[in-house]
Amino acid sequence: MSKKKSRRDFIVIASYSMGAVGAGAAIWPIINQMNPAADTLAMASTEVNIGALEIGQALTVKWRGKPVFIRRRTENEINESRQVDINSLRDPQADEERVQKDEWLVVMGVCTHLGCVPLGQKTGDGKGDYGGWFCPCHGSHYDISGRIRKGPAPENLEVPPYSFISDNVIKIG
Amino acid sequence: MKSSIPNSQFKNPVINWIDTRLPIFTAMNEAVGTEHPTPKNLNYWWNFGSLAGVTLVIMIITGIALAMNYTAHVDHAFDSVERIMRDVNGGWLIRYIHMNGASFFFIVVYIHMARSLYYGSYKAPRELLWILGVVIYLLMMATAFLGYTLPWGQMSFWGATVITNFFSVIPFVGEPIVNWLLGGYTVDNPTLNRFYALHYLLPFVIAGVILLHIVALHRFGSNNPLGIDIKSDKDMIPFHPYYTIKDFFGLSVFLAIFCVFVFFLPNFLGHPDNYVPADPLSTPAHIVPEWYLSPFYAILRAVPDKLLGVLAMFGAIGILFILPWLDRSPVRSAHYRPMYRVFYVIFIVNMLALGYLGVQNPEGIYILLGRACTAWYFIHFLVIMPLLNIIETPKALPKSVSDPIFSSGSSSLSPAASRKSK
Ligand code: HEM
Ligand code: FES
Repeated sequence: MSKKKSRRDFIVIASYSMGAVGAGAAIWPIINQMNPAADTLAMASTEVNIGALEIGQALTVKWRGKPVFIRRRTENEINESRQVDINSLRDPQADEERVQKDEWLVVMGVCTHLGCVPLGQKTGDGKGDYGGWFCPCHGSHYDISGRIRKGPAPENLEVPPYSFISDNVIKIG
Repeated sequence: MKSSIPNSQFKNPVINWIDTRLPIFTAMNEAVGTEHPTPKNLNYWWNFGSLAGVTLVIMIITGIALAMNYTAHVDHAFDSVERIMRDVNGGWLIRYIHMNGASFFFIVVYIHMARSLYYGSYKAPRELLWILGVVIYLLMMATAFLGYTLPWGQMSFWGATVITNFFSVIPFVGEPIVNWLLGGYTVDNPTLNRFYALHYLLPFVIAGVILLHIVALHRFGSNNPLGIDIKSDKDMIPFHPYYTIKDFFGLSVFLAIFCVFVFFLPNFLGHPDNYVPADPLSTPAHIVPEWYLSPFYAILRAVPDKLLGVLAMFGAIGILFILPWLDRSPVRSAHYRPMYRVFYVIFIVNMLALGYLGVQNPEGIYILLGRACTAWYFIHFLVIMPLLNIIETPKALPKSVSDPIFSSGSSSLSPAASRKSK
């Protein structure tokens, strides 16, 4: 290749590249405007009074637009979820890692498959084969620790960040 | 007039004046007029292309009328649709046409696609024509999904949630992509707004792709029920008036059936839960897609793994793009392919079964059947289609489109053929 030609090639490639970079820079704001806006990102936290919940009862609250399941578990339910062989689980996690106080389970009420809200919070709801929650959309079964046991969902119900402000109040977020 | 201007040949002087300067009338004539030669043996299955075009026009007109009364805000969307139904003059009619029009659009396009499958219209040299058709089909599914979100009922909300979550299977960037699509962490007001903007846009993109589809069609002309190439002028008749009148007849039958649904069964094809306002805290016990997406939903649910399920679902549509290269048989029409003909019928039955299974609860025998039908869907395309070319002996093809008419002893030529051969 002659020297002259390769210099010409360089100029052509360089100007195409600059053009591509410029076009990309111009398109980016159009793409980026679709990302969550500042007000959506400013996620508020929610304080929930759980004092009124009896043992065995459940409560659903809304946080970041999504449902959070709070369940005051019975002695039996706690024991049951601790006897499971962790290695047999699809998403292995001990119940102890998923709670701050044994009685209280706090998980996102969002199926990790495709985002439906599982049934099992209300009395009369089907709770699935493992006594926790059942997602009606494509048939995922969760146990009483919110762990995935059967069906297409890949992961356990997510535990949101939360803390006990007092014995009766938790702050989510 | 200066004689140096090359004049068009229309009788009407106004049309002639315009066409000389802007040859739109010539273009129309070559597209759907007397200057567009068409195989003379097209049957009624060839009506559905023009029907699809008419349906798109109906959707755009009623859509724009709805847009004049619709409010894209989570607090008002449901009520604004109810207002369209109760208070806007003739609003119920416009909405029912738009709602059922979407279903009928899919019926027409599914028949149009089934026609192509039977007569091998996707084969060389019409591969790109077929691929553009699959692109239109994809855009239609996107448009219908976006539109279904707008009335903001329970099915709108949860359909949008489930479908946008498909993208969460993408490794590493899945979550950010879903949040980008939604404009937040859940389906909410930003989602509704952008879905509305895109629902308005996509039908016009479809119109653009249809234009390309037609350009590709006119490159080699229509296929025909015998699937053989056109040999001479004797095989052709002009599109106008022969096929224009045939298409108009088909259109009136179509509109009659359509009106039965719009006026007497307007909610037959829909789901009652979408008349319940969206509730982000509770999923309806049976969430089902609209019937036209149901076969793919059945495929999604047949696979007990999230990633593989989503891949199978997109793969089921993706496979249509490479169909022209999966089917190696040089014979187009199933008429001359005794084995493919049988497998074609099985395929259609299997497709209907998938559609049925997609709206059933994923329990017991339905899970098993769903898996069997899903497996067959892929076997049909990936195993049967390539295999048939090896094991099947096609029947003898006629020499030309005119040939079977002459050799069957009947001399009843179509008026056009006799006129042309004079
Ligand atoms: C490819 C063509 C189109 C398809 C398949 C389609 C499909 C749909 C569907 C399935 C719905 C939900 C109907 C319901 O359940 O209420 C809908 C709603 C709507 N569409 Fe379309 N549409 C198309 C074109 C358009 C166009 C071009 C516009 C506007 C210019 C439009 C505007 C609307 C509006 C405002 C609604 C909300 C009102 C309602 O839900 O009835 N559509 N569309
Ligand atoms: S969304 Fe829960 S099983 Fe699919």
